[in-house]
Amino acid sequence: MYTEKVMDHFEHPRNVGEIENASGVGTVGNAKCGDIMRMYLDIDDNGIIRDCKFKTFGCGAAVATSSMATELVKGKSVQEALKVTNKAVMEALDGLPPVKVHCSLLAEEAIHAALWDYAQKNNIKIEGLVKPKSDIHEGEEAEEEEY
Amino acid sequence: MGKFIYLDNAATTKTAPEVVSAMLPYFTDNYGNPSSIYSIGGTAKGVVTKARERIAGTLGAKSNEIYFTAGGSESDNWALVATAEAYGAKGKHIITSKIEHHAVLHTCGYLEKRGYEVTYIDVDENGIIKLDELEKAIRKDTILISVMFANNEIGTIQPIKEIGAIAKKHGVLFHTDAVQAYGHVPINVDEMNIDMLSASGHKFHGPKGIGFLYIRTGVKIRSFIHGGQQERGRRAGTENVTGIVGMEKAVELAFAHMEENTKKQRELRDYLIRRIKEEVPYCRLNGDFERRLPNNVNYSFQFIEGESLLIMLDMKGICASSGSACTSGSLDPSHVLLSIGLPHEIAHGSLRLTVSEENTIEEMDTVVAAVKEIVDKLRNMSPLYEDFIKRQDK
Repeated sequence: MYTEKVMDHFEHPRNVGEIENASGVGTVGNAKCGDIMRMYLDIDDNGIIRDCKFKTFGCGAAVATSSMATELVKGKSVQEALKVTNKAVMEALDGLPPVKVHCSLLAEEAIHAALWDYAQKNNIKIEGLVKPKSDIHEGEEAEEEEY
Repeated sequence: MGKFIYLDNAATTKTAPEVVSAMLPYFTDNYGNPSSIYSIGGTAKGVVTKARERIAGTLGAKSNEIYFTAGGSESDNWALVATAEAYGAKGKHIITSKIEHHAVLHTCGYLEKRGYEVTYIDVDENGIIKLDELEKAIRKDTILISVMFANNEIGTIQPIKEIGAIAKKHGVLFHTDAVQAYGHVPINVDEMNIDMLSASGHKFHGPKGIGFLYIRTGVKIRSFIHGGQQERGRRAGTENVTGIVGMEKAVELAFAHMEENTKKQRELRDYLIRRIKEEVPYCRLNGDFERRLPNNVNYSFQFIEGESLLIMLDMKGICASSGSACTSGSLDPSHVLLSIGLPHEIAHGSLRLTVSEENTIEEMDTVVAAVKEIVDKLRNMSPLYEDFIKRQDK
């Protein structure tokens, strides 16, 4: 059901852990739906992401998208990191099953939440960044069952 | 296929080699249609009759009360829909439990859309139905009570005899989905006042695609599949002769070895339960410890999610299952785990291990070691665990 890349990032997740005194930390998702992602960013004075770590509670896809997202934003500027969309994460993983697309949205959301925290702490405005929702499943309804 | 440890016997079981051998001649030599007049047709009819008699005997039923179906889901659908139709003039109220299999729950949903009313009875924290609530729910227009014999996820065995007595006292029909129980625990339809019972062949080392519905004589029930005169005209279609022969062999084996199989499974089950409890912190055994299927272990591990756990177990060659949302394709975890009062995040972290008599203690040791290692790895990756540890440190 998962691509080789997803399995690789699940089995050997990159950048698992915490960053002490991180420049920005973002936590998204909720336990009710079964996924929570926390992203830590270490950003230098020039606005370059020196390091990125994550912790995730969730399924194989949630772990793999978190891992890939950290790889994609590492070494990038804040502006470039904003362009790491859920699509970019999915493409980098060679795709996700349809029911797992929300995991990639969560990864994008986690990056945004960490950047938002960084901006708040430093009292700066990041062009194009809006306050992330804490729960991406808000408003999502279960598909109507047919009999 | 490499070596693997199979601990998902509630999902399906290995078809016994004796079952396969018994079936083969009915593919290659005696392939006649039981409805035909020539001799190989007669042979096929004979084995179907024999299988019906054997199965009836295991339940204390009569052979003309056994109807072959394609499996548990069909039997459940038939029992509910056809009873609802046959007794719709008397009333349109059905009582069931909140932890039934979807074959019952979704059929109830189907009936609700067609003017029937269904009451879903609560279970306690161990998954046992609340008998007082059940009795109170019975109304003048109640036509059917459907409560599973044993739960497929947490293994809890219901007080079936008591439910049967309540149904009889109030003149209501009683159906039980015994898919997880038949062939594993003794059942007597008269002693337990069971009017209808669903069972499935592949849950006790029989083939897939064959099951049966027991219907007590005198119960009015509409035909489910219209066509020929097979199954007394109630379930038309050429009999699945190979499946029936295979299921009969599986029934023969299951009942001949029930006592020893149960003993072996209980040993493995209790060993797993004890070692996980002692060696993995922050876990919870789901289901009743005493009133439990001999093969079922179900644990929730706090701070982790079940699908991740299953994939990592699979990488180590261990087949198991979970009640997490990700394994069901929806956002909600198992309705059974929520019904016994587990919070969502704990329900997401559940693991079901269902043993067979073929498993060994050495395999259980491998599984415990794997579970410990994986739970530890996933917790170290979990923000929930991180928060928990930080709260502990304060």
